[in-house]
Amino acid sequence: MSSKKAGVLFQDTPEQKQKLEEIIASHKGQPGALMPVLQQAQDVYGYLPYEVQATIAEGLDIPLEEVYGVVTFYAQFSLYPKGQYKISVCLGTACYVKGSGDIYDKLQQKLGIKGGECTPDGKFSLDACRCIGACGLAPVMTVNDEVYGKLLPDDIDDILAKYGV
Amino acid sequence: MYRSHVLVCGGTGCSSSNSQQIIDALETEIAAAGLADEVKVVKTGCFGLCALGPIMIVYPEGSFYSEVKPSDVPEIVQEHLLKGRIVKRLLYKETVQENNVKSLNETNFYAKQHRVALRNCGVINPENIEEYIAVDGYQALGKVLTEMTPQQVIDTILASGLRGRGGAGFPTGRKWSFAAANQADQKYVCCNADEGDPGAFMDRSVLEGDPHVVLEAMAIAGYAIGASQGYIYVRAEYPIAVHRLQIAIKQAREYGLLGKDIFGTGFNFDIDLRLGAGAFVCGEETALMTSIEGHRGEPRPRPPFPAVKGLFQKPTILNNVETYANVPQIILKGADWFASMGTEKSKGTKVFALGGKIKNTGLVEVPMGTTLREIVEEIGGGIPNGKKFKAAQTGGPSGGCIPAEHLDVPIDYDNLIAIGSMMGSGGLIVMDEDTCMVDIAKFFLEFTVDESCGKCTPCRIGTKRLYEMLDKITRGEGTLEDLDKMEELCYYIKNNALCGLGQTAPNPVLSTLRYFRDEYVAHVVDKKCPAGVCKHLMQVTILTDKCKGCTLCARTCPVGAIEGSVKVPHVVNQAKCIKCGACIEKCKFGAIVKK
Repeated sequence: MSSKKAGVLFQDTPEQKQKLEEIIASHKGQPGALMPVLQQAQDVYGYLPYEVQATIAEGLDIPLEEVYGVVTFYAQFSLYPKGQYKISVCLGTACYVKGSGDIYDKLQQKLGIKGGECTPDGKFSLDACRCIGACGLAPVMTVNDEVYGKLLPDDIDDILAKYGV
Repeated sequence: MYRSHVLVCGGTGCSSSNSQQIIDALETEIAAAGLADEVKVVKTGCFGLCALGPIMIVYPEGSFYSEVKPSDVPEIVQEHLLKGRIVKRLLYKETVQENNVKSLNETNFYAKQHRVALRNCGVINPENIEEYIAVDGYQALGKVLTEMTPQQVIDTILASGLRGRGGAGFPTGRKWSFAAANQADQKYVCCNADEGDPGAFMDRSVLEGDPHVVLEAMAIAGYAIGASQGYIYVRAEYPIAVHRLQIAIKQAREYGLLGKDIFGTGFNFDIDLRLGAGAFVCGEETALMTSIEGHRGEPRPRPPFPAVKGLFQKPTILNNVETYANVPQIILKGADWFASMGTEKSKGTKVFALGGKIKNTGLVEVPMGTTLREIVEEIGGGIPNGKKFKAAQTGGPSGGCIPAEHLDVPIDYDNLIAIGSMMGSGGLIVMDEDTCMVDIAKFFLEFTVDESCGKCTPCRIGTKRLYEMLDKITRGEGTLEDLDKMEELCYYIKNNALCGLGQTAPNPVLSTLRYFRDEYVAHVVDKKCPAGVCKHLMQVTILTDKCKGCTLCARTCPVGAIEGSVKVPHVVNQAKCIKCGACIEKCKFGAIVKK
């Protein structure tokens, strides 16, 4: 589970390190602190590599295996870095019925990666998500915080072009 | 005093189509026209008609503008707000009559609706506590704390017949009375806002449009059972809802409506937010509490029930957002008022998120007992593109598909279970003839396999085996025996899984087997997918009489499966074809078909 295995060397900045310490300190001793700490740590680092988990485990005095168990249980937590542009395609029922599966296939084909992966240049990562609640606009995808709705497979080229593909 | 109010929807649906830009443009234009003291722009929650977003309503006229673009704003300001001429081309078409404009409440979409839980959504600014107070907000809490005993509160909720809106429909008053009866130094009130059912966004809309109603109801529940701390567990995928809840909690504390000594009565109650992290199973009550405690969100066996040993091993009540949204109104208007709506065993109203193959996708609230036909055909406006209704899916991955023959069943908890589905939290996805029911069952099972927490064997392995059998059928390799085996496995999982997620996971398979068995048989025996969805069962062919031999398809094909020379009809090499359909999209003569 070392992040070296993922082919990415972990290196943090002093600012990140200090932020993490602050997050841990502000939650220490609270019941159920682990989840909020992990969520905020992921905001700082973009993902939760082994090194960050170890710091949290020590700081909150929770066994590392338990921290790892929680991280791997929830879909939102990632052990690996995500792309600069995080693409999510909604595969919730309303979007699926309206053809989001084709959108997802087309993106995998265009980017040359599978769902859950990141392009080698670190620019794009692709994930399927379950319903962001914009069902009125189905099918929907998001690129970081930008939402694209009422999509057709042909729209994909134009959208990716905006991000320099 | 403002002479005019412009309400713009700031819900997730309309925000996704840039309603914030419209608000910014409105403010700039209004200021430029010198109307800043006369016209006020209000960002509200969801109006419900998400299909036509972004939506804007101008009062006092009540003009309902739909699909507004930022470039339309100058015209609205110049014509409507300055000169008083309604911009007809932007009006919601249903409201336009020959010589006058119909009120919104007379349109098909709104006429049959009855808004209780959603009464403030799209009416008030959710980020301003004073607007909530102006519509009787926190009055119910005041009444409860100063005029009622905890037992009277519980009796009122019991008498109203309110049942849990999260899915199972357990009577809310009974839940509260169990927790009240248990003595403990600390008790908890939790709100389940982990709306993971894909295609459902009722709770999100309440939180975005009227967050204070949930806070008020939780405080009332806290008083009723003797708790001083509440938690709201909300999906992290709902950033707007989280943001507005944070604002609401902060404002309620500033106004002394949360915290110590509320209304000077000595009652203490505070609320904290907890964010989910993308696990469907955390919508199950025991899993949700385990997650708040900071562990893997795995369910625990019941008993002990949460009312006895819940969060941090203390007596806890857990209700859904929509359930809470009904509580203050019941306290203010009385149990009889609430019980006068709905059917014998299901009182009040229910919010549904209409989605899928339907014209008016959006949020609707109707009295219990409304028929599915009224919702789909009248409120929802029917199926687009002249297609035929095939099924309505309720209850998400735990529910089932309801065929056309049951469209006239009055919707309530018990009727839905009788026809093999369930109320669930209120997602209602409409499917037309282009939807393959075997594929839909497979889609839901794929979801459950993905979301199964893995704690109990029937769910972890059973759903996986079900999925594999469904996959086999969609590839045309299934046998009739598989259908029987599947059914048997479904009942095994239903009877043996640990939590609600596992026990209901086979429902999509069972209900489609029950109502659409002929489609399964077509896949198995005829090796055909009647809806034309399952790729493995289709053949792409080129119609020789229509093909001009332009070679475009051959150049488009990613696997080189199309053969032929210029100006001669082409042929598909079936052995190579992956049925991606790229050639069909590109053909200018409609000469390629997938059957």
